[in-house]
Amino acid sequence: MLSVKLCGAFASALFLTFGAAQASSYPERPDVGFGQPISEADIQPWNIDIHTPSGAGLPPGEGTVAQGREVYQARCLACHGEKAAGGPVYGTMVGGIGSMTERPRVLTPGSMYPYAPILFDYTRRAMPMDAPQSLSNDEVYAVSAYIYYLNELIGEDFKMNAETMPQIKMPNRDAFIVDDRPDAQAERCMSDCPPIGTVADAEWKAGD
Amino acid sequence: MAKTDNMAKEDKSIGSGWHFSPDAIHKPAEVDTAAPPSAGRRSFLRKGAAMAGVALAGAGGGASVAQAAKLTVPEWSRTMGKPIPPTDYGMPIEYESHYVRTRSDVFVNRQNYSDWSMSPLQKQQGIVTPNGVFFERHHNGTAKIDPEQHRLVIHGLVKRPLVFTMSDLMRYPSVSKFHFMECSGNTLTDWREPRSTTVQQSHGLLSCAQWTGVPLAWLLDEAGVDPKGKWVMLEGADGSGHLRSIPMEKIMDDVLIAFGQNGEMLRAEQGYPIRAFVPGWEGNTSVKWLRRIKVVEGPAHVRGETARYTDPMPDGKWRQFSMEMECKSVITSPSGGMTLRGGPGFYEIQGFAWSGNGKITHVDVTLDGGRNWREATLEEPVMDKCLTRFRYRWNWDGGPARIASRAKDSTGYVQPTVEDLAREREIVGFVQHHNGIYPWAVSQQGEVTNAIG
Ligand code: HEC
Repeated sequence: MLSVKLCGAFASALFLTFGAAQASSYPERPDVGFGQPISEADIQPWNIDIHTPSGAGLPPGEGTVAQGREVYQARCLACHGEKAAGGPVYGTMVGGIGSMTERPRVLTPGSMYPYAPILFDYTRRAMPMDAPQSLSNDEVYAVSAYIYYLNELIGEDFKMNAETMPQIKMPNRDAFIVDDRPDAQAERCMSDCPPIGTVADAEWKAGD
Repeated sequence: MAKTDNMAKEDKSIGSGWHFSPDAIHKPAEVDTAAPPSAGRRSFLRKGAAMAGVALAGAGGGASVAQAAKLTVPEWSRTMGKPIPPTDYGMPIEYESHYVRTRSDVFVNRQNYSDWSMSPLQKQQGIVTPNGVFFERHHNGTAKIDPEQHRLVIHGLVKRPLVFTMSDLMRYPSVSKFHFMECSGNTLTDWREPRSTTVQQSHGLLSCAQWTGVPLAWLLDEAGVDPKGKWVMLEGADGSGHLRSIPMEKIMDDVLIAFGQNGEMLRAEQGYPIRAFVPGWEGNTSVKWLRRIKVVEGPAHVRGETARYTDPMPDGKWRQFSMEMECKSVITSPSGGMTLRGGPGFYEIQGFAWSGNGKITHVDVTLDGGRNWREATLEEPVMDKCLTRFRYRWNWDGGPARIASRAKDSTGYVQPTVEDLAREREIVGFVQHHNGIYPWAVSQQGEVTNAIG
């Protein structure tokens, strides 16, 4: 499915280059443009996304587990609790590794994130929730080190930076499959059909 | 059955067949089952007004229907109405103050910033959801953005990075399209057993509007897309910096940069002053408070594309980038928490069908839990990736019934049962993309309850 999408996307991009028509649900583009040119340099304050598989976009800076513990106590603990084990507004951010074939699956940065830089990207853009984008890059590296340390993915003397972060081996790295729907195949039966089945019916038939 | 003036008034208040108590959202409807049949209707009127939730009037309910009382000329026919103020923004009349969206209450979040509210589908008239009850899902509350100061930037794999003010964007020709929007998590509380009482709780992360904006393809073309650019990242300016990546093919087809919704500028909670609108795809891809568009080679695999908005699959796997909201339908009337007040007789079954992959072609209705199905009527207009209203005239025989709808779309896809879905996916934790057939049970007392599972 994805490869089909990518091929399509590639074709559209080619069309764009050659200025030919493209598959669009809307009328042709008017021959006007109102955007104002801006340099990439001037966009930098907003350019905060990280390409998490490679770590491209990770900024300069560094942080340690010990520094991260301090950032955490000051800025995160109130909501996330002691040692990120769960607080008043959010559940645990530690553990769950190995739980993906169990019920429930316990989702934490350690168990769920396929690429370590996801933690940097998310913390920098969205945390602390009451003051997003208020941490320095060093602080984001440090608190990321602390959270991955609590998840036993790195040692206490780990130095988190743009080079080391993408190299952390994440347990859920290979768990993702790209959308392959439609998966369920139903028929439009009109009479003498089986009654509407349940999740339990499916699990019982699969011998679950 | 002699009626006093008082009774006549009471009758009027439910004359449309609707009566609602906000309580019904939180607890199942209670109905007076002990009362003898002849007293039942009257005593229901009183009890109903207090707590029975939404009641449906059945016409031709039989011999117990009494002669109507003599009409009186009401106060509002003998006085002047309210004058027109110089300016105002009209609001619904106070009697309709029950028509509200409600914060998620089956699954309760421990804060209300990354949270959601559900639309009262059971009370929606027609296919367009009024802006004030359009469902919400935010990741750090509703941002308040000054449109004069807001900027939208396009950069990455483009020849000319561009920045737009709101007035720049509104100088382009615009397009308007009717489309539904559904959260990927709609119905996620109700896979294995009934957790929701009402359709608002089970399906209320669904709404429909007419969206006005500029095709993103035009703006990208202006910036000049590099052939290496195959995905487009959309980022919000709110405190969550919500981010999703969309394949270029979809962007070029029908993604809008939307500023209008149902005749007015977007509401703050819908992303004012500007949002992406991605027709037919899970709601969170239509990034609100849009500030940045970056053309990239591949997706960034951020938290919202890996740890969230992914579907658990067998063997510990997760399905990623499951964007299309597949064909789905639900009966909104009669639905959970309502009561067929008039006893056996005529009721119109109504509901919504929609598909993120095209148009609805058929909706079938079952009255016996899926053994037999009959085709419902689709009401025009039937539009691509839009709510479609279906109707079916039902003569309830007074016996227990199990009613549900099943939709088919223009790709030939038929709405599956949760059993069909569970054979392919793993139903563990908060499972997204529930488009299963959704049954309601109707008891002999006319009480309608959630019958999933
Ligand atoms: C005001 C409360 C609050 C504070 C303070 C706060 N958080 Fe959060 N955090 C939340 C909430 C609520 C969520 C869930 C948000 C969502 O899913 O939309 C969250 C989610 C997260 C997640 C995602 C967890 C996962 O499993 O994917 C990370 C990581 C995180 N916070 C890190 C931090 C860090 C680091 C700090 C301190 C710098 C911090 N938070 C401070 C409330 C807070």
